[in-house]
Amino acid sequence: MTTVTVRVPTQLRPLSGGRSEVPVEGATVAEVLKALDAAHPGFADRLFDETGRLRRFVNVFVAEEDIRFLEGVDTPLAEGATVSIVPAVAGG
Amino acid sequence: MPFVEGLRCRECARPYPAEALHFCEWCFGPLEVVYDYDAIRASVSRERIAAGPPSIWRYADLLPAAAEGAVNLGAGFTPLVRADRLAAELGLGELWIKNDTLNPTGSFKDRVVSVALTKARELGFKIAACASTGNLANSVAAHAAQAGMQSIVFIPSDLEAGKVVTTAVFGGRLIAVEGTYDDVNRLCAELAGEHPSWAFVNVNVRTYYAEGSKTLAFEVAEQLGWQAPDHVVVPVASGSQLTKIAKGFAELHTVGLLDEPPHVRVSGAQAAGCAPVADAFAAGRDAVKPVKPHTIAKSLAIGNPADGPYALDVVRASGGAFGSVTDEEIVEGIRLLARTEGIFAETAGGVTIASLAQLVGKGVIRPDERVVAYVTGNGLKTIEAVTPRCRPTATIAPTLDAFAAAVPTDPAVPDPAGAPTPASSGAWGPQPHARPSHTSEVPQP
Repeated sequence: MTTVTVRVPTQLRPLSGGRSEVPVEGATVAEVLKALDAAHPGFADRLFDETGRLRRFVNVFVAEEDIRFLEGVDTPLAEGATVSIVPAVAGG
Repeated sequence: MPFVEGLRCRECARPYPAEALHFCEWCFGPLEVVYDYDAIRASVSRERIAAGPPSIWRYADLLPAAAEGAVNLGAGFTPLVRADRLAAELGLGELWIKNDTLNPTGSFKDRVVSVALTKARELGFKIAACASTGNLANSVAAHAAQAGMQSIVFIPSDLEAGKVVTTAVFGGRLIAVEGTYDDVNRLCAELAGEHPSWAFVNVNVRTYYAEGSKTLAFEVAEQLGWQAPDHVVVPVASGSQLTKIAKGFAELHTVGLLDEPPHVRVSGAQAAGCAPVADAFAAGRDAVKPVKPHTIAKSLAIGNPADGPYALDVVRASGGAFGSVTDEEIVEGIRLLARTEGIFAETAGGVTIASLAQLVGKGVIRPDERVVAYVTGNGLKTIEAVTPRCRPTATIAPTLDAFAAAVPTDPAVPDPAGAPTPASSGAWGPQPHARPSHTSEVPQP
């Protein structure tokens, strides 16, 4: 089983017991986020809309790359990868 | 400030207090300022505005921070210039240029930064920060210096030299990040979470910051004698400016400053090398897919635009369209504006003018419309873009003979020197010696 590190933004750390990084198992981004919610209930409600899609202002990165440049939530993950949840990229 | 009721999520409408918050904790949607428009309507008047300062703060009733004690270098109230020579070249009737190159640090960013840092200071912040493509970096560093705040500014490391120097000169910390603006932006989104004592103007105080762009609509309406234009052309990076200009015109009617509900068609301008919103418009998509920017218009090079979906909505709902122009067209747009109106714009202005020409060519922008093009940054910051095309006409020895040999022009004939040769005139080159007429002419494709 692939183990990756999920980086949790400040705003969601109440769900992860205050931890900024959580080890989670899963072979794709979707599996990892599902496992994250199983270990720390509440994440799914915050990250996904009613239809089960990632909310449009939630950004997920694998290493330094936005998953929208990869294969979205189906992006495969290597052992030891870092998955970052970055809420609401602002700027401009 | 007295007219701000709080903040609200644009996506799910959850309410928030008027603090340094920029996105909804529940769904991560962006927050908007909520005003008491009835109270503003009772306070505001054309006369009260006319008696105000010649800056954005004349519209303080419609801004989310108090004018008294504002962080203010004098942003705003820039000229609205009737552009008859450019109109004639493009085949338009009534065209105006909002010349926002004439702000204190040379771009419209002074408007948003003045609002953002005024609010930040109200909230007790002492450190100003931002992620920037250059213009914002200049403005944050300058306003922070004047306000006695520390600044820490993040830019992509490949920015134009002019924008680096005109930021660093104000002191403060300037961090060049190896990556694109989107990389810088992501870093700043994370830093903002780790450093809650920093006022990132376009992150944690972005809700207030963005409101400053409404003044681009307020001024145009006031300068047109309290009338809205028919069509505006606005450059699109994050999409915030375009969205707020549309909001600004609507608010003027809401609070009674415009007699009639405005029907302003809003068109967006993007560089083809970074056109995520224009591409979504052209494809009829609602989702804005991020891109990797490759364009000389670095000030617009945001591949993942925060307000892209909202800009798309505004343009579609108003009956506008998007221009998407090549680097070559951007340079020609800069030169066309300079040649016809004496305004030297940075690359974003070239995108706007080139998009204006493109949309006239497509029949989207019509000769019977009163059109305003927003030119939002000064060309002196991006001289690299036009340097290869802007050389001396001749370099000569200091003698009459040398001049006569190099420039064989009868002084009685209008001097074409400096005008481009036909081979280099690009898409909208002038006819040599021909003065533009005011009759409509179809632009060159």
